[in-house]
Amino acid sequence: MNVSSFTARDLARALRRDGVNIRIGTHTVRIQSPFPAIANNLRLLYANYPLELDAAFADFHVSVKPPRNFRRWLAPQAIFRFDSYVPFKPLPADQAYPLLEWGLNWCFSTQFHRYLVIHAAVLEKNGRALLMPAPPGSGKSTLCAALANRGWRLLSDELTLVAPETTEIIPMCRPVSLKNESIQIIQDFEATVAMGPSAFDTSKGTVGHMRAPTDSVLRSHEMAMPAWIVFPKYEAGSTAQLADHPKASTFMKVADNSFNYSMLGLRGFETVAKLVDRCDCYEFKYSNLDEAITIFNKLSEA
Amino acid sequence: MKSRPLLTKILIHPEAISQLNLNDWDLLIRQARHANLLGRLAHRLTACQLLDQVPVQPRAHLESVLGVAQRQMQAVQWEVNRIVQALDKIQTPIILLKGAAYIMLQLPVAQGRLFSDMDILVPKSQLQAVELALKIHGWITTHHDAYEQRYYRNWMHELPPMQHLTRQTMLDVHHTILPETARFHPDPKKLLEAANLLAGYEGRVKVLAPTDMVLHSATHLFHEGEFNHGLRDLTDLDSLLRHFSTQDASFWEKLIERAKQLDLTRSLYYALRYTSAMLDTPVPPGTTRAAQVGAPSWITLKLIDALFRRAFQPPHPSCSDWLTRPALWMLFVRAHWLRMPMHLLVPHLLYKAVIAPRKKQAEA
Repeated sequence: MNVSSFTARDLARALRRDGVNIRIGTHTVRIQSPFPAIANNLRLLYANYPLELDAAFADFHVSVKPPRNFRRWLAPQAIFRFDSYVPFKPLPADQAYPLLEWGLNWCFSTQFHRYLVIHAAVLEKNGRALLMPAPPGSGKSTLCAALANRGWRLLSDELTLVAPETTEIIPMCRPVSLKNESIQIIQDFEATVAMGPSAFDTSKGTVGHMRAPTDSVLRSHEMAMPAWIVFPKYEAGSTAQLADHPKASTFMKVADNSFNYSMLGLRGFETVAKLVDRCDCYEFKYSNLDEAITIFNKLSEA
Repeated sequence: MKSRPLLTKILIHPEAISQLNLNDWDLLIRQARHANLLGRLAHRLTACQLLDQVPVQPRAHLESVLGVAQRQMQAVQWEVNRIVQALDKIQTPIILLKGAAYIMLQLPVAQGRLFSDMDILVPKSQLQAVELALKIHGWITTHHDAYEQRYYRNWMHELPPMQHLTRQTMLDVHHTILPETARFHPDPKKLLEAANLLAGYEGRVKVLAPTDMVLHSATHLFHEGEFNHGLRDLTDLDSLLRHFSTQDASFWEKLIERAKQLDLTRSLYYALRYTSAMLDTPVPPGTTRAAQVGAPSWITLKLIDALFRRAFQPPHPSCSDWLTRPALWMLFVRAHWLRMPMHLLVPHLLYKAVIAPRKKQAEA
């Protein structure tokens, strides 16, 4: 059963009561929330994900609910809970859906150290994976969304899970989070994308989520072997250009962009070393998405 | 009271996992994670060679936490090394407390234990020198408010918590084990005198004697005001008691004697009562009888039982009833009452309730 096999009313009711289990590749999360915005966003953005009403095991049990006090009538808020634990301050209720996505990112990046978790977008073509680690503002998500709409399989726009033993990448394919101008840029780039409603005035500005391509969602169980590490940088007016990046510096940057590098100790070091060893490493400057895609397609055919 | 929660059952009888279905695993992992006992659970199952029998989804979480616990052990050893280095010029023994001591002694209780800060004990006469040396080596105070500073320095048993600038690790420097203002006054000199040398540190690093280690752990737990880690701390006690009593046949008698010397018979009474009730710790009947010297009146005990039996449940909604919240609140009040006499406590709580939040708001 998929999320889309539920009517809007049934999904909202199930979310409000005991919650629903949604399978994201090899992982399962249980989500509970009375907010209609969450039900609507899930129905749109997670349409093709398997949904189970009474699955036995969920990796993370999360909820987004209004606080139980008078504020709910004055200035409605949303609180994210991981079971009963509250990791962040409440946000205005109209940010309930981004809060859920951020909360899930928090769960996978701080509560689960089975894998090395890198703050990086990751896509795959012809069996080889492209990792793009980058700090916010570098145009990583925009580039990732564009590639995902031009035949690259999306594994994640935000969290790259690397198995320490093999350096296989485990897909964590979820909606792509786009900020500010990027929302319009991607809608202009590909008219057929499904975008959830934007949330305004968040700590990251305006935030909207793009539905992951159906093919990527259906192939969420397929691991991929990393082949390229690319540090993207959006520079207004620049011509797209790929330049070699030294491996030693790549190592440090990947470690820096990992959530749990030091948590994994020696295993963290060895995993990053293996990963950098087997990848070609580049830095990439761009301003035009079509140019960027031509370059990456050429890379994948080489 | 309800029957034992799943987590406690499995910690006592790990082999019972053969009867768990995936629904049970879902609950067990959640209870263990929120009690900060996921690491201990994972280690228990590994030690009993049961990890392979765990279904693959919950096993991923257990494997995840095993890695973290192992890494923390390494980090603690490094941190001890750094502290010894920082205090190199000061002629004082450094006594490691709690988690740091468990790890450096490689006690069973350290296996899979997750924790967040280091605790050391130094003689009060050396406190200033120690603080200065730590500052020079990158540990800075975390409480900048003048009131908080005074609160710690005049009344508490430790300096305001310090944090290392680059490693972000937290360090509590104690000069005794209970606040200066508390009702009970164990003499820190006695603890220092009985402390044992830790091999490999040229006589600079010490750990409390086994009896004192148990009494310190018990005193902390039963003076505590917040019980997020209540069950975790109780399992610490259980593990220490089991370990030391198998190492030394006369451990139980020594423990009772030492509690009398240190004025800590009440804490020991509670420790033995609740470890054996909640975790089946094998306390000999003679010891239980001898520990009665620390028992409160029966009416107090009735109330305390009702409170602690709730506080020692995993802090998870599946293990609480309608009295859990009031019980935890009463324990919070009790902890403050034990910590300070009324003429200090009332102004302190007023400050915390009225002035501190306003200050915070003004700064923000």
